[in-house]
Amino acid sequence: MSNHVLEVNDLQTCFSSKEGTIPAVNGITFHVDAGEILGIVGESGCGKSVTSLSVMGLVPSPPGNINGGEILFNGEDLTKATEKRMRKIRGNDIAMIFQEPMTSLNPVYKIGDQLMEGIRIHTKLSKKKAYLQAVDMLELVGLSRVTDLMKSYPHQLSGGMRQRVMIAMAMACDPKLLIADEPTTALDVTIQKQILNLMKNLNEKMDTAIMLITHDLGVVAEMCSRIAVMYSGKVVEEGSVQDIFRDPKHPYTKGLIDSVPDMRVKKDRLYSIPGNVPKPGAIKQGCAFAPRCGQAFSRCAKETPELLETDNGAKVRCWLHHEQ
Amino acid sequence: MPVPAKKDPASHTPVAIEEETPSIIKETWHSFKKNRLALAGAGIVSLFILLGLLAFFIAPEGINEQKNADRLLPPSSEYWLGTDDFGRDIFSRILHGARLSLTVGFFAVVGSCIAGTFLGVIAGYYGRWLDTLISRMFDILLAFPSILLAIAIVAILGPSLQNALIAIAIINVPTFGRIVRAKVLSLKEEEYIQAALSVGMKDRRILTYHILPNSLAPIIVQGTLCIATAILEAAALGFLGLGAQAPQPEWGRMLSDSRDYLQQAPWTVFFPGIAIMLTVLGFNLMGDGLRDALDPKMKE
Repeated sequence: MSNHVLEVNDLQTCFSSKEGTIPAVNGITFHVDAGEILGIVGESGCGKSVTSLSVMGLVPSPPGNINGGEILFNGEDLTKATEKRMRKIRGNDIAMIFQEPMTSLNPVYKIGDQLMEGIRIHTKLSKKKAYLQAVDMLELVGLSRVTDLMKSYPHQLSGGMRQRVMIAMAMACDPKLLIADEPTTALDVTIQKQILNLMKNLNEKMDTAIMLITHDLGVVAEMCSRIAVMYSGKVVEEGSVQDIFRDPKHPYTKGLIDSVPDMRVKKDRLYSIPGNVPKPGAIKQGCAFAPRCGQAFSRCAKETPELLETDNGAKVRCWLHHEQ
Repeated sequence: MPVPAKKDPASHTPVAIEEETPSIIKETWHSFKKNRLALAGAGIVSLFILLGLLAFFIAPEGINEQKNADRLLPPSSEYWLGTDDFGRDIFSRILHGARLSLTVGFFAVVGSCIAGTFLGVIAGYYGRWLDTLISRMFDILLAFPSILLAIAIVAILGPSLQNALIAIAIINVPTFGRIVRAKVLSLKEEEYIQAALSVGMKDRRILTYHILPNSLAPIIVQGTLCIATAILEAAALGFLGLGAQAPQPEWGRMLSDSRDYLQQAPWTVFFPGIAIMLTVLGFNLMGDGLRDALDPKMKE
């Protein structure tokens, strides 16, 4: 299909350490369509953030390195792009917002100066025009008393306001793809809701595709049209929100959904998937989830399953479904 | 491209922005002036700067005005701090010496600060072999006792006040370099650097726009404290005959020129020594105060 803004094929990002090369992202494949919100879900350490850094070309190197696969942005392979080209793409075509709004702004500059700096990197706007654009952007993200805000320092803003400023900065050049790496994890729930609404509004209004990285299934259910579930550096299940929540195929996805407490059922103990996320690269053979999987059988420990398309267009990486 | 927004109703909550945004300089001054010792230090330093600047106007006698009849006179109403073995007024010479010592201290530190910051930023930001190379270079410089290294450098360049300045600048480069490198290493991990990269900022711009201004505080503090050491080192080199040459009224030089008369006329040695001590003390107090004032953890 040609309306893929971003297409990641079999991407491998490794980190070299004393114990050898560790594949943090181990053959991940997914795509983001124009104007959609894709949710990437998974536990801590499953490679979500490394995936987003790989797309931005910001994997710290060394020790990190993209060892294989391709990242196609509008058909252009970013793994082969020069640093100069990447700088043009960053901010202009692909923008990113981060987890910690408290530390994502430089404490020594006023909000306005930082916003204008970001705008002026990619546009040849004069200072005056950049100022007006910055003011517009701050209003766009729903901040009030904008002229005062332009003159204040980051420490004078609350976390929610800072995240709005970060979003304004990311959206300033009208990117086609916005990567949001756990944008609401550090915020409290009411602010979280506001920020998510804002992102959804911007998605609809400016037709920006969003790659939303999170471990919060509630956020995903509300925001996204499609989900990719990651486990140990791989996508284990991918499909529309409705399909995955109504009929999760992979045992890991089932486990994740079961771990969300249900208000209607009274339970003493919350469900959790037994065991821990394996260290990247610890499982060399077979399905990475097999040691924690209740439904694993002999084949699971020996061979790694492929990502297989099921009848309703969803994809799943599990031997249970290969059999059918 | 930006569309006029339909505002999110929840965002209209009043925003806590202070009426006037206090600048960093104002804030620092505010906490600095509460520290009495630091103020005293700053006072001493400004006094010496003022005396040095006005030396030509307020000194009662010329720098090298010799009066054979008035040799080695004790302090009196005519010669406030006495005279030396050539009949020169010590008070006047100390005033002119302030000019020399402060200039040497200041420019030596400016030199080592610029070189150290440059090397430290490069080592910290680019890392890898550049870091190894620069850091090992610093280690080598630091392995020598600093005064010994200064003596060696002056011995190569030839004794003069200017060469003493160069030597002092060189031996202080690693101090700045290491501080800046450490600061850059920690700043590099900050998310706003990642954010700056993610909007497509160039390395050089990140260094000048984000990294340098954020590492300014430790540089300023170290600079102030380093002026004190530099003055002391200049005096030491002068005393050893490697810095200022007679008849320059540099304080260390004055000490060494008069040391033969220590018992006969102790004031010839005492007052230049006091001048050195006071300036060094002033800079140290001021540097400590600045460090506290610039430390975000010390703010209430």
